[in-house]
Amino acid sequence: MSVETVWKELCVEHAKPSIQEVLESGKFLVSGEIGPPKGPDIEEVIHHVDLLKDRVHAMNITDNQSSVMRYPSLATALIILERGGEPNLQMTCRDRNRMALENEALFAYTRGVRSVLCLTGDSVPVGDHKDAKSVFDLESVQLLKMLKTMEEGMDLGGNEMNAPVKFYKGAIVTPEADPIEPQLIKFEKKVEAGAEWFQTQAIYDMDNFAKFMKTARQYPIKLQAGLVLLTGAGMAKYMNKNVPGVFVPDDLIEELSAAEKGKAIDVGIKIMARHIKRIREENLADGVHIMAIGKEDVVPRILEEAELDINAL
Amino acid sequence: MIVTRKKPFEAILKELEDAGSVFLIGCADCATVAETGGEDQIKEMTEKLTAEGKEVTGNVIPETGCHELDVKKEFRAHKEEVGRADAILCMSCGAGCQSARDATEKPVYPANDSIFLGNVMRVGQFEEKCRLCGDCVLDLTGGICPVTRCHKGILNGPCGGTNEGKCEVDPEKDCAWTLIYQQLEREGKLDRMRAIQAPKNWGPVLKPGRHVLERDKGGE
Repeated sequence: MSVETVWKELCVEHAKPSIQEVLESGKFLVSGEIGPPKGPDIEEVIHHVDLLKDRVHAMNITDNQSSVMRYPSLATALIILERGGEPNLQMTCRDRNRMALENEALFAYTRGVRSVLCLTGDSVPVGDHKDAKSVFDLESVQLLKMLKTMEEGMDLGGNEMNAPVKFYKGAIVTPEADPIEPQLIKFEKKVEAGAEWFQTQAIYDMDNFAKFMKTARQYPIKLQAGLVLLTGAGMAKYMNKNVPGVFVPDDLIEELSAAEKGKAIDVGIKIMARHIKRIREENLADGVHIMAIGKEDVVPRILEEAELDINAL
Repeated sequence: MIVTRKKPFEAILKELEDAGSVFLIGCADCATVAETGGEDQIKEMTEKLTAEGKEVTGNVIPETGCHELDVKKEFRAHKEEVGRADAILCMSCGAGCQSARDATEKPVYPANDSIFLGNVMRVGQFEEKCRLCGDCVLDLTGGICPVTRCHKGILNGPCGGTNEGKCEVDPEKDCAWTLIYQQLEREGKLDRMRAIQAPKNWGPVLKPGRHVLERDKGGE
């Protein structure tokens, strides 16, 4: 049975083009991010999905982000599909062994999920279930390879499945990693393992990003710049101190500090819009991935200030 | 060596709540080095339990607490003291505890938590460098074990949580993959890090582990 027949049987209608279709058509890919809620009340998620589904090409759904137990990423992906958006399913290796990851890939595939972002996942002790057993039976490279194996109709036990799956396979890379060399080796391994497109960890230093892209452009992949909304100088300083691979330059921190009381987020929006414009103008990347972490309501404003209307691309 | 850590004394008292008399067993090997089950700790435990109104009927510190035949022999030698005890308190590792388990029918309780197979860095300081996974990869990783020394135990390079050579779960901990990178670079063998490692084979040791040496059957 073909993919399309499977989806038709299950009444999956894709309202939007896939991430692969957008990127291969040469359009600037714009994605947002949905953080599932703590608990079964999904009203706000539905609100955010409805707010973003026609303004961005696709929405990432985080998978127990920061090792905090939340509503499942796959369930949220299905909500996005049902409401006419395009999901980008994040899968991490922290909570499931290889069999459970294969199960999830099969489930996602038959329900119309077309792209998967493969991550290792944060460590358990940084989250809210510190006593939990962490799994990491696979990591990001092996997860990509797992999907590739399943696309060849095989499972990781070396057994033949009754049909292959097909996904557009994504991965992440950290241009500000320190040291950068091991990170670049891992980036190459992800490409070799089957990654077709990348999203970056949050970047703020555009010159350093441009330098990184000179390396990344040598590989047969597409890449979206990852942008995290800064809501104030405090957040920027916190990230510099606590989030590995994120570096907010001093001039941006000063810009945020100079904001009037309560207006720092406006400056954050302005900074992100400016970065989006520069990335587009200088063709630094194939798209942007906007992470507004908890402030999804301002994404339309960011896009407006960046003069980025996906329907006009 | 097996690194052990003392359980809080209150927890031990709770274990022994219905035991009026106790026989103590330590270990002259690992638990002595870890200062959890050597002579000094046995003496200290005897004093503390006595102060709580319990009778300590005796003690034994076998050469190696996990040698089952030796432990059985020691228990036979201390038959009278073991016989008078309501419970056995084991001041070595979980393996030592279970040697005692098979040497007597009395209840056996642990005084320690067993935390890892550790290298001795200096007196009183231990680090875990091998987790006995059954499928050694040190040949590929510059002699530095990512299964053990990377918090996530991952095989294909550093995760996104590494920063300036340290690990996100503990800024005191080195990122194993940064160390591996540096070592392989020194050896001119970074191609070993570039090769994709397949998912780990957890099959070589079916838990619980069992291993019998194949004896030379050919005689002389």
